[in-house]
Amino acid sequence: MAKVLVVTSGKGGVGKTTSTAALGAALAQAGRSVVVVDFDVGLRNLDLVMGAERRVVFDLINVIQGDARLPQALIRDKRVETLHLLPASQTRDKDALTGEGVGRVISELKEKFDWVICDSPAGIEKGAMLAMHHADIAVVVTNPEISSVRDSDRIIGMLDAKTARAEKGERVEKHLLLTRYNPARALRGEMLKVEDVLEILSIPLLGIVPESEAVLAASNVGAPVVLHAPESAPARAYLDAAKRLQGQTLPVSVPEERRGLMSKLFGRRVA
Amino acid sequence: MNLFSFLKPRASAPVARERLQILLAHERAIAGGSDLVATLKEEILGVIAKHFPLEREKVQVKLDRGDAFSTLEIDIEVPSLSKVHAGTGSNGGGAKLAAP
Repeated sequence: MAKVLVVTSGKGGVGKTTSTAALGAALAQAGRSVVVVDFDVGLRNLDLVMGAERRVVFDLINVIQGDARLPQALIRDKRVETLHLLPASQTRDKDALTGEGVGRVISELKEKFDWVICDSPAGIEKGAMLAMHHADIAVVVTNPEISSVRDSDRIIGMLDAKTARAEKGERVEKHLLLTRYNPARALRGEMLKVEDVLEILSIPLLGIVPESEAVLAASNVGAPVVLHAPESAPARAYLDAAKRLQGQTLPVSVPEERRGLMSKLFGRRVA
Repeated sequence: MNLFSFLKPRASAPVARERLQILLAHERAIAGGSDLVATLKEEILGVIAKHFPLEREKVQVKLDRGDAFSTLEIDIEVPSLSKVHAGTGSNGGGAKLAAP
C-alpha cells in the first residue's frame, strides 16, 4: 500500500528540500520504491539538490496538462535505482497546478511506488495546500527558532483541517523533524531545546538533525546527504528517521560528528 | 567557567519559549477552533454577567491542541471577593475534545 508523505513547514529555508532528498534516498536505499515530487512551481530546487538538474525534460505541470505522460517526466536516480524524481516546472507559475490534476498524478504515482514524497513550497498558498492535500503522513520540518515554530504550528492546524483526510474525518499522521539543531547552544540556553519545541507543537518526534557542514557539502555536489556523507551526523539522523517512518521504534538522540584521530589530536572538526 | 557565569547575558531561549507559548495560545484560539472558542467565550460572559459586572478581557478561553487529548483552559478574573460572593478563579481542566 503506497504512502503519500508531505514534507512541509510553512517557513522557507528550514530544510524541506534537503529533508525530502535525504528521506527519499534513505527509504530507497532500504529497498522501497520512492518518488520525490517537487511542488515548488516556479522555484524548483529539488532537482538541483538531487543532482538531476541537467536531466529534466518534462515536469509535473507537463504531466498535469497532458503534454507528457508520467513515465516521460520521471527521472531515475543514478545512485539508487529505486529512487525517482518528478521535477516541478521552472517557467510556469503556480496557478498551473490544479487540484484535479494533482489528484490524478498522485493516484498514478501511488500505483507505481511504495512512497510518494511531496516537497512542499514555503508559505500557505495554493502550492503548499496542494502538496499536503493527499498526504497520509506529514513531516513538519522545524528549526529551533521562534518564527519557524510559529509557522509549523500554523501548518499543523492546516494538516488537521484542510487535507483530504481531514475532509473525510480522518487524521494525517504528523511527525516533527527538528533541523539545524545545535545541542551545545541549547544547553547554554541560547536556543530552544528539543523538549521546548515538542511541548509547544505536541506532535511526535521523527528525528533531530544537527546543524552540520555536511548538508551544504552534499547540496554543493547535488547529492542527498545520506548518500554523500552517510557517516555524518545529519545523514545518521535522516537514516534513523526513515527507519521510524517504516515503523521501527528507535530511541531519538542527537547524532554527533564522529571525529577521526587527526581531528582529535588537532582539535579541528572534519565534516 | 561557572565562576564567571554571572558575566554572561541571561539565557534567551526561555524568553523565546515563553513568547511562543503566549502567542500560540492566542493564535490557536483565532485560527484553530475559532467558532467553538468564540461561542464558549460569549456564553461564559453571558452567564457571569448575570451575577456581577465583568470586563470582556477578563475572560480568557484557550484551546490547547494535544496529541492524545486537547485541553480547554478557561480563565476568569473576577473583582475582589469582598464585593461579590460568587466563586472565582481559574478553571483549568483536561476536557477531551475533538481537534479543531
